[in-house]
Amino acid sequence: MNTEKLGFIKSGTPWVWLNAGAVSISMIMVIGLVVLIAVRGLGHFWPKTIWEIDYNDRGNLILLLGERSIVETVSAKQLNASGAGYQFEDEFVERTLLKIGNRDIYGVDFKLITKPGEVEVRKPKDAILFERTQWGNFYGYLESIEESETQIPVAADKLWQELQTRMSRVDELRDQIHQIEKFDIGRINYQLEKLRLQKRKLELEGINDKQAETDISQGRDQLNQDYEVLKNELDQLYVSIARDRVLMRVANGQQKYIRLADVVKASKPNAMGFGTKLMHYFVNLKDFLTDDPREANTEGGIFPAIFGTVMMVLLMSVIVTPFGVVAAIYLREYAKQGFVTRLVRISVNNLAGVPSIVYGVFGLGFFVYFVGGNIDQLFFPEALPSPTFGSGGLLWASLTLALLTVPVVIVATEEGLARIPSAVREGSLALGATKAETLWRTVIPMASPAMMTGLILAVARAAGEVAPLMLVGAVKLAPSLPVDLNAPFIHLERKFMHLGFHIYDVGFQSPNVEAARPLVYATALILVAVIILLNLSAIYIRNHLREKYRMLEQ
Amino acid sequence: MNSTNLSHVSSFNQRRWKIRKAVDTVARRIVQFGGISVIAAIALIFIFLLSVIYPLFGSSSVEHASEYSVPGDRTDTLYLAIEEQAEVAFRVTQSGQLVFFNVENGDIVSEGNLPIPQDDQITSFEVVDEHFGILSVGLQSGGILFFQHQYKLEFTETQRIIHPQVIYPYGEEIFQVSNQPLLEYAVGENEESLTILFSIANERIILQSFAKESSFLDETVTLELGERAEHPVVDPILGLLVDPEQEWAYILNRDGNLSVFDIRQQSLDLREKVQVTETEVKPTVIEFLTGGISLLIGDTQGRLAQWFQVRSEGELPFRLTKIRETQIDNSPVVSLVTEQLRKGVIATSQAGVIKMLYTTSERDLLSLSASDGAIHNLAVAPRADIFIAQDRHSTIKAWNIDNHHPESSAKSLWGKVWYEDYIEPDYVWQSSSASSDFEPKFSLVPLTFGTLKAAFYAMLFAMPLAICGAIFTAYFMAPSMRRIVKPSIEIMEALPTVILGFLAGLWLAPFVEKHLPGVFSIFILMPIGIVLFSLLWWKMPTRIRHLIPEGWQAAALTVPVIIIVIVCIQVSPYLENWLFDGNIRIWMSEELGIGFDQRNALIIGIAMGFAVIPTIFSIAEDAIFSVPKHLTAGSLALGATPWQTLLRVVLLSASPGIFSAVMIGFGRAVGETMIVLMATGNTPVMDFSIFQGMRTLSANIAVELPESAVNSTHYRILFLAAFVLFIFTFFFNTVAEIVRQRLRKKYSNL
Repeated sequence: MNTEKLGFIKSGTPWVWLNAGAVSISMIMVIGLVVLIAVRGLGHFWPKTIWEIDYNDRGNLILLLGERSIVETVSAKQLNASGAGYQFEDEFVERTLLKIGNRDIYGVDFKLITKPGEVEVRKPKDAILFERTQWGNFYGYLESIEESETQIPVAADKLWQELQTRMSRVDELRDQIHQIEKFDIGRINYQLEKLRLQKRKLELEGINDKQAETDISQGRDQLNQDYEVLKNELDQLYVSIARDRVLMRVANGQQKYIRLADVVKASKPNAMGFGTKLMHYFVNLKDFLTDDPREANTEGGIFPAIFGTVMMVLLMSVIVTPFGVVAAIYLREYAKQGFVTRLVRISVNNLAGVPSIVYGVFGLGFFVYFVGGNIDQLFFPEALPSPTFGSGGLLWASLTLALLTVPVVIVATEEGLARIPSAVREGSLALGATKAETLWRTVIPMASPAMMTGLILAVARAAGEVAPLMLVGAVKLAPSLPVDLNAPFIHLERKFMHLGFHIYDVGFQSPNVEAARPLVYATALILVAVIILLNLSAIYIRNHLREKYRMLEQ
Repeated sequence: MNSTNLSHVSSFNQRRWKIRKAVDTVARRIVQFGGISVIAAIALIFIFLLSVIYPLFGSSSVEHASEYSVPGDRTDTLYLAIEEQAEVAFRVTQSGQLVFFNVENGDIVSEGNLPIPQDDQITSFEVVDEHFGILSVGLQSGGILFFQHQYKLEFTETQRIIHPQVIYPYGEEIFQVSNQPLLEYAVGENEESLTILFSIANERIILQSFAKESSFLDETVTLELGERAEHPVVDPILGLLVDPEQEWAYILNRDGNLSVFDIRQQSLDLREKVQVTETEVKPTVIEFLTGGISLLIGDTQGRLAQWFQVRSEGELPFRLTKIRETQIDNSPVVSLVTEQLRKGVIATSQAGVIKMLYTTSERDLLSLSASDGAIHNLAVAPRADIFIAQDRHSTIKAWNIDNHHPESSAKSLWGKVWYEDYIEPDYVWQSSSASSDFEPKFSLVPLTFGTLKAAFYAMLFAMPLAICGAIFTAYFMAPSMRRIVKPSIEIMEALPTVILGFLAGLWLAPFVEKHLPGVFSIFILMPIGIVLFSLLWWKMPTRIRHLIPEGWQAAALTVPVIIIVIVCIQVSPYLENWLFDGNIRIWMSEELGIGFDQRNALIIGIAMGFAVIPTIFSIAEDAIFSVPKHLTAGSLALGATPWQTLLRVVLLSASPGIFSAVMIGFGRAVGETMIVLMATGNTPVMDFSIFQGMRTLSANIAVELPESAVNSTHYRILFLAAFVLFIFTFFFNTVAEIVRQRLRKKYSNL
């Protein structure tokens, strides 16, 4: 059919193109979003140049040192009208959000500067960036190093090297302290709490068992002794780690002592070549993935969030798979197509369509308060009134999400079952196998990749879902991981951190959103990458499967 | 055949067969159970939500607990009260006796007397602060004595012991405010000051202020004499009231004429005189509702009315307005008490009827005939779980109250309610506040409005893109490109909404705010640009046109689309300088009167639209793609163009599928939480403007549920909100599913 004779409008060409436009807009939005997150998230780890700027701040000449965080063009009229005392003549002004750090000195981390005010801009080679355990980043110059408050005689050009060696000593000590505080003392506290509960339980049950009581008090004394030993060791380590400090000079000439114990990382980004920067990049990335968060989650890593997400998803998979698969088998293999199956199908569709927050509400009311509350009454009366299972935790979050993702598994498994040619089943039945045997020996093995697809999709969905978790157990900062070395090793009642909730919390609830923003992008990137990978693998498995069955049918 | 030989084998086989059969049956059972459990799950959610919501609408009840004769002396009771644990009650008598007694059986726990001189006697009684138990008596000599009842809790291993005591917050001294007997007076008190208003011989009223001075050494508080003001009155006075903040004084005479005085300057400044009853009807009682803002006035016709001052535009900045009224009984109202933590009221009538009601929700909770005559004294426990009343036979009766959720009614949830300090009845959601006598406002209307508004803007953005995209992908697109587009859209669907919300709130919202003219020009120029590009392409020589094969237009369009976006954003600041005087937000608010929130419906439209597009796209695409090929082939063979075929054949038969896609998309937009939580200001305003934010049901649940007390009214109302969402999506999903099932049947018939 030759449409050209009909003319432009009548042929429908503009409408076809408009429809095509909708597709390209959608595609550009998806790809643009992924690229945006990737660029911002990956950029976070790249060591940035530290600029030294002679800045004319509406008449006052000041010296600034910091990283350019956001550079944007602003209408001069708006700035002039803002009442901040600007008077620009150009139509537009380039404005930079400079991260000047040193919150302990300046009070704020950022300063807005305008291009016309930048009198002179330099890249000082010896500018140093400290990432600290508190007060955020520090930018400045190294003046001297002191050991036990006496300056050590080192030539100016060797100072940096000296700092490096002392930093590695501090790092080692910090690891030891962390080991003792987190694991050894954590274990003692855990056991003490257990003994307390044992004692309380005896009281509640009215048992007057002298032997048990002496056992408990002996155990407690032993633990307290252990604690004293560790405490001494810890005190020594703390003295030892506090030995060194550095005298730093900030941009305005002010001098400040910083204890090396407070410094997590020291670097000289301006002195780095491309190779060093690349190395630092990967070190930063690794630290981000394996460290604990610092400073109300705005600095440091996201390891507990990754760990919590993985644990929750694993537990959810264990719960959701059997239920989803059995329901799908029922729909496809057992049920007669009629009223009941229609009802089941409508239920499945509704389960899939119910807003996730409603699952959260249900999970909170039913699992946490009703089931959990009763479990506490029956099995953990000694811990009351502080709840054990009666408040949000890993188990309840997994159950809630299992309920939420069950339709995903059902739909995917059912699709897989539907694609298996009926000849396969008939063959098996004709050879004398029962229905259960046919299912177990032929149908399920053939459909297993489809189940896998369903499970992967469910995992992807669960990993990204946040709204219900806010109600049933995800927290901004969990004191301990849900898995540790204290028996029974997996603590299902514990609260946990979650990547998605972490993004929400750091991005919207943190006191210092501006400083935390790059970290949120990086976290978002991790989450998006995981979810896209999961989905791509599900799509791959499914397509592969379709090909296989097509061949089977021929 | 030798059957004996076989029987040996078959007995073995039979046994195996039995086992296999049993396994088969068990498997069947398990699978059936699994299938049905899906229905059970959805039913469980439904029933559980319903079970939590149900008590909201349940009726209240009281249960007569006990009855005993009045403990203490036989003089008139001035005051009854119950402490927080509802174990011990307190009685003040005309003779100055103070009696603490057990609520259950009337046994006296402890007793004492007020330090009143022998030659003096009590002439009147007023409550100063119900919450802290501060009371006062007016004396024959014209003095006032303040006292306070307190309860100390002691926990032993097995039980809780309550130690009642009476203390004197301003010392045991009597404050001599007048030289004539104190018959009518009122006390208003807050942390800084105390004001006494009293009448002298029905000819004038006097206002006496005191400043509170607290000692730094011990925590004793002394009262320093302050300003004194007076005003003449002639009418016999029924009641005087001073609010705790000491801003207003109210004087009601026996004919129903209420005078409102402004006392903020410690003077009696007459503002307004209002007739609060009809002619022939007399007021009988006047009290503050908890919080000291509303007045409750009972009359001889048995009605109880709520009044408060409403800000007005007229010559007076405030006008006392009757807000609502209810019938207590046919006989006159004689007394009333208010709950301390809620806006509940218990009133009694001349005929001995007791009625419980709740002001905000306008619910008449219950009424019971408690006695054969007027009940002048009653008290309700602070937690409103028990109340006692003394009848004219000097008997005290106690009732247990079961009344947990009086705040909720169809009207308070879905109707306009006139809240205290509001200028008119309104839909308001404000569930909590720092102050304890706060009136919770539980209207779901602003939240439902916000939900629908968010969904509307999201659909406005998503529907054209998703449906047009689905049409092109299913009908025109080359298969090899389709294999890329479909998974991409699936990934778009899988993107966590927390990420969309985070980008919308932290990246898109500031971006749109900065490039507002640019963003709007994108919306206008994009369709025009695409059509122009297609015209340009049409005019190209065939050689160039063949560079892009049929079905690859979408790929070709990416370049112009990106160019249009970049150009619009680049031009945006110039547009803003040129057309809108450098700042479009100021220009809009000054020229058009449109306010601008950074996180507004436009952002939600785009971000949530993004989340909804893949849902609509996939289902619509499926519906269009599965239109039987012989229908389109027939149409094309008869000479229709592909576009004509699409319009008249394909879309027509796929329209139910597209409809169900839109339904499911809408259902998803309604329930979406994280995007609205992060990218709107979460203020429950009712404004349809695209530049204003909103608060949705889902975001509201996410914000407030973790902090609400289990089984409180607030908690249950949040469950109700979840239930509304559930029903809403249930409806849309079921309709969509039924439409799709019909469609599938139709296609299979073709």
